[in-house]
Amino acid sequence: MAALDSDSDEDLVSYGTGLEPLEEGERPKKPIPLQDQTVRDEKGRYKRFHGAFSGGFSAGYFNTVGSKEGWTPSSFVSSRQNRADRSVLGPEDFMDEEDLSEFGIAPKAIVTTDDFASKTKDRIREKARQLAAATAPIPGATLLDDLITPTKLSVGFELLRKMGWKEGQGIGPRVKRRPRRQKPDPGVKIYGCALPPGGSEGSEVEEDDDYLPENVTFAPKDVTPVDFTPKDNVHGLAYKGLDPHQALFGTSGEHFNLFSGGPEGANNLLGDIGVNKGRKLGISGQAFGVGALEEEDDDIYATETLSKYDTVLKDEEPGDGLYGWTAPRQYKSQKETEKDLRYVGRILDGFSLASKPLSSKKIYPPPELPRDYRPVHYFRPVVAATSENSHLLQVLSESAGKPVHDHGTHSRHQLNASKRGELLGETPTQGATTSVLEFLSQKDKERLKEMKQATELKAAQLKARSLAQSASSSRPQPSPPDVGHRSWHMVLSAGTAATRASDFKPFAKDPEKQKRYEAFLVNMKRGQRDALERCLDPSMTEWERGRERDEFARAAVLYASSHSTLSSRFTHAKEEDDSEQVEVPRDQENDVNDKQSAVKMKMFGKLTRDTFEWHPDKLLCKRFNVPDPYPDSTLVGLPRVKRDKYSVFNFLTIPETASSPAAQASSEKVPQRQGSDKSRKPSRWDTSKQEKKEDSISEFLSLARSKVGPPKQESGPSVNEEEEHVTESLPDKVVNKGVDSQTEGEGSRPSMDLFKAIFASSSDEKSSSSEDEQGDSEDDQEGTREADFQNSRETDLVETSPVAQATEPAPQEPAPFFPIQKMQVDAEEFGPRLPPVFCPNARQKPEVPQKEKHKKNKEKHKTKKEHRRKKEKKKKHRKHKHKSKQKSRKSEKSSSSESTDSSDSESEGEGTADLSPQELLRRLKHLPLRRQ
Amino acid sequence: MEILGAVTPARCSPVDGNYCLTCGSDKTLKLWNPLRGMLLRTYSGHGYEVLDAAGSFDNSSLCSGGGDKAVVLWDVASGQVVRKFRGHAGKVNTVQFNEEATVILSGSIDSSIRCWDCRSRRPEPVQTLDEARDGISSVKVSDHEVLAGSVDGRVRRYDLRMGQLFSDYVGSPITCTCFSRDGQCTLVSSLDSTLRLLDKDTGELLGEYTGHKNWEYKLDCCLSERDTHVVSCSEDGKVFFWDLVEGALALALPVGPGVVQSLAYHPTEPCLLTAMGGSVQCWREEAYEAEGGTG
Repeated sequence: MAALDSDSDEDLVSYGTGLEPLEEGERPKKPIPLQDQTVRDEKGRYKRFHGAFSGGFSAGYFNTVGSKEGWTPSSFVSSRQNRADRSVLGPEDFMDEEDLSEFGIAPKAIVTTDDFASKTKDRIREKARQLAAATAPIPGATLLDDLITPTKLSVGFELLRKMGWKEGQGIGPRVKRRPRRQKPDPGVKIYGCALPPGGSEGSEVEEDDDYLPENVTFAPKDVTPVDFTPKDNVHGLAYKGLDPHQALFGTSGEHFNLFSGGPEGANNLLGDIGVNKGRKLGISGQAFGVGALEEEDDDIYATETLSKYDTVLKDEEPGDGLYGWTAPRQYKSQKETEKDLRYVGRILDGFSLASKPLSSKKIYPPPELPRDYRPVHYFRPVVAATSENSHLLQVLSESAGKPVHDHGTHSRHQLNASKRGELLGETPTQGATTSVLEFLSQKDKERLKEMKQATELKAAQLKARSLAQSASSSRPQPSPPDVGHRSWHMVLSAGTAATRASDFKPFAKDPEKQKRYEAFLVNMKRGQRDALERCLDPSMTEWERGRERDEFARAAVLYASSHSTLSSRFTHAKEEDDSEQVEVPRDQENDVNDKQSAVKMKMFGKLTRDTFEWHPDKLLCKRFNVPDPYPDSTLVGLPRVKRDKYSVFNFLTIPETASSPAAQASSEKVPQRQGSDKSRKPSRWDTSKQEKKEDSISEFLSLARSKVGPPKQESGPSVNEEEEHVTESLPDKVVNKGVDSQTEGEGSRPSMDLFKAIFASSSDEKSSSSEDEQGDSEDDQEGTREADFQNSRETDLVETSPVAQATEPAPQEPAPFFPIQKMQVDAEEFGPRLPPVFCPNARQKPEVPQKEKHKKNKEKHKTKKEHRRKKEKKKKHRKHKHKSKQKSRKSEKSSSSESTDSSDSESEGEGTADLSPQELLRRLKHLPLRRQ
Repeated sequence: MEILGAVTPARCSPVDGNYCLTCGSDKTLKLWNPLRGMLLRTYSGHGYEVLDAAGSFDNSSLCSGGGDKAVVLWDVASGQVVRKFRGHAGKVNTVQFNEEATVILSGSIDSSIRCWDCRSRRPEPVQTLDEARDGISSVKVSDHEVLAGSVDGRVRRYDLRMGQLFSDYVGSPITCTCFSRDGQCTLVSSLDSTLRLLDKDTGELLGEYTGHKNWEYKLDCCLSERDTHVVSCSEDGKVFFWDLVEGALALALPVGPGVVQSLAYHPTEPCLLTAMGGSVQCWREEAYEAEGGTG
């Protein structure tokens, strides 16, 4: 900047391109925003970035060639004139300018190349170079390289150096070096391809080893990895030319071994070069003779004679390296361990070579055969086992070295029925082939068996039992288990399934018993017929033994035959029966009563709301594009806790809340309210809120009471409250009977349906019939039924779902009872019914339940049906309009219908005016009769 | 539009309202053009009557559930069953897609809501919401909520974003629930012939609408296209309109002699579909009479 401003100042040096001078009145240029910055090549072409993996920036002409016409053609030059100028094309001739630029692949500017990178003392490369130099026509040509040392080193080197490492040293803790007694015998070869440590640069070190002061540690020797030189000639394996130094300068006047191992020789060669470097640069790579450039040729023949070479391939002396790894044992020297050590390399810290060799596996020779053994199998003559030749058989088997009784077990195919019977311990049959037992009657057989069993048992018991118990054992045996004994014994011993029965543990709860059972099974499999007696506990009483015998027999048969088929049909229980706890939701919706009252008061909000922690499934959150609210939890759904399994409160929420203090309080309130109602009973139009909230149970009770007739004195306190209403109106009862029934038939029939649904059939019929006959003198039976009704009603209330409770507050309105009724009639249907199939042609309203309801009246009132239904509908509509009013009025009416009958009929005037009371009464009477 | 057998629901396609979907006891699903009354396609494959159906946001797929306890995913264009999800123990009362049609939510009388994944081939539901104590009658889905009405008298709202379940007790068996279009309120109809508008966040009662009859059937209710009116079916053959704010009965539209079983409101226009018996009717404003009217 300064340089641009002042031309006079010549001394200043300017770097870079200066900004253009600002002109007057011009606003300073805004920097180009990032998105507008482009990359262009030197010709101003826009360079597109292709992405790192597809070639970086675009190049050439649309990524193809140098120009639109193609490769730039070199102008033609006649070769006649400048033939000599024809130059060899190098790679640069095919490169773009970009490649030759500073950041191209072949930059022209001066940069440090790889050659100078880190070649300083890299032993491997150095060695390779030396090797190349040694084999090169002019040895030592690479010496120049050593003079020029680059400065660039890798970070690892730098770090190591800072830690005190010097080039040429190995890495690791410093070691104490023991002076070598002697130089390694050149005759001792190192076998294998791995180099011993320090072997490579051994020559220099070995010479220094003469004097080693005590208490001086050395850095470990650098480890040079094996360098594998590819074989690129046609010489034999491991062939190498004569060492020119040895050959020419006679350092070792020993026998030359053409076939000696390669690596060692190579190392020596290299090492020697280092030593002899300064003295002579000789010809190398020659096997015979001396090169033309060799000056000293006088002593060649003194040291090098052909007699030193082998002319014949023959066995080497022991210790020669011909055998390698496979050398026979005696060829290996006594310093085997040392050699091993050399092969292994440095032993790791904390480890040492084993002093004892691994113990070899002991091999036992096969047993010696007896001298007179003949390897020929001799088949014995087969003799049929009959009674005549039994002696022969015995002799034969004895000759085979086996006892006679064994014979039966391993040649069971030769057994006949009698033999088998004998084996099983049956009484042998004499003479004829048919068994004597067949001639015996069933009773006799049983007696025989019984006797036998008894004697056997006695014998066993006498042996085992103590004196006191043996006294009791002398009683006669109970026969029934013994009868079955033989049969299942046969079944089991015949069936193969008995083996499988052992997998089963039918008496797992009692380990002792299970043990006995297993022993029993084992004995059974062996075919011992007294298996049971053997395994039974001798200290048990007779009765126990008998029972256990039965049990075992049954278990054996059962589990053997059916266990596989049965087990395939069952799965393991989800929860163990033994565990006392079960998982239930932690939070439960409760307090239905409170909520109900809240709903009645229309106090929605906190009172009616339950909030729970709820865990959506992770996948669901994903699908809804919503972050998981509980990313750490694996829970799904509501959190669950373990509770006592058999606690009633886990499952019964409604009874629980019914017994809650709130509910109790509300139930206590009921009588009070009714008491207050009583005091101001006359006004039926009163629509106080208290009445609206009247308890549904009492409502039902009053309703039922008004139907049944005069009350009895046996009911609970709430009923007593009701009675006062009724007793007051008792005188009117008879008079207003007709009207009463009329209102029932018209207004409260659905509730009858309800009762019908609740009380099935029996009590309903009776009550309705008695109601019709209106026996003013109600009998006691009526009263008990009343009590029954109340009880069942209460239990019903508890058991029915909230549906029922919710619809109860308006018991006289016909429609809400349909769901309840239906739920009880056909339990399959839950919830609100679906609309029925509608036939558009029919004019009637296709409401099925109503049809059912009115079916009873169908024949007589077909003509009136339409009319009446229309009216009902109208009435319903009216009710909806004045619902709140109506509800309270109705409830009151139900409780005190008798006393206010006259006004009632007036109020109902709209609906019932057309129907005469007689008509309704007749219909009502007809109803139960048809049902009966 | 005469349809054999009873038509249970009539549904407008959720986004553009150009299509109408009916299903019924003839075990089929039918796709209509409601303006012309033209039957576009019939989808058959259910084993029992079809109780509910819904369309995806892009009109590319349908889902339906019915008496055969199965939830079926249909391809609209080909009319083929794409997938059948089985797992419900009872009739499937209601089905609904989520906003992106990646999940089908189905409510059944077995008191569970099952979330079926349409993307994967998993045969079992992603999640089962079985908190209800009685059958599920209605399920609605917003972008992050599931609103379910149950016969046990509770409206449950599962908020996926908050990870919470809000359960509002109404008392009477719920027949239908729906969100308001602004997403602030829920409309709940129950078997006590009352519709209630509840505040979604607090559960407070904002409005109560009575006058119609709903004592026994599962009837539909909805809000008009701009949340101005509350619309409900009734068992006396009318459709009732209330003013949302005042709660006053605005209109009782006589539809026919039977029970109006189902209705659907056009998402953007004042257009109403009602289903009664075996027919579906399309109602529009009088000014629109030229094309619409009773179909």
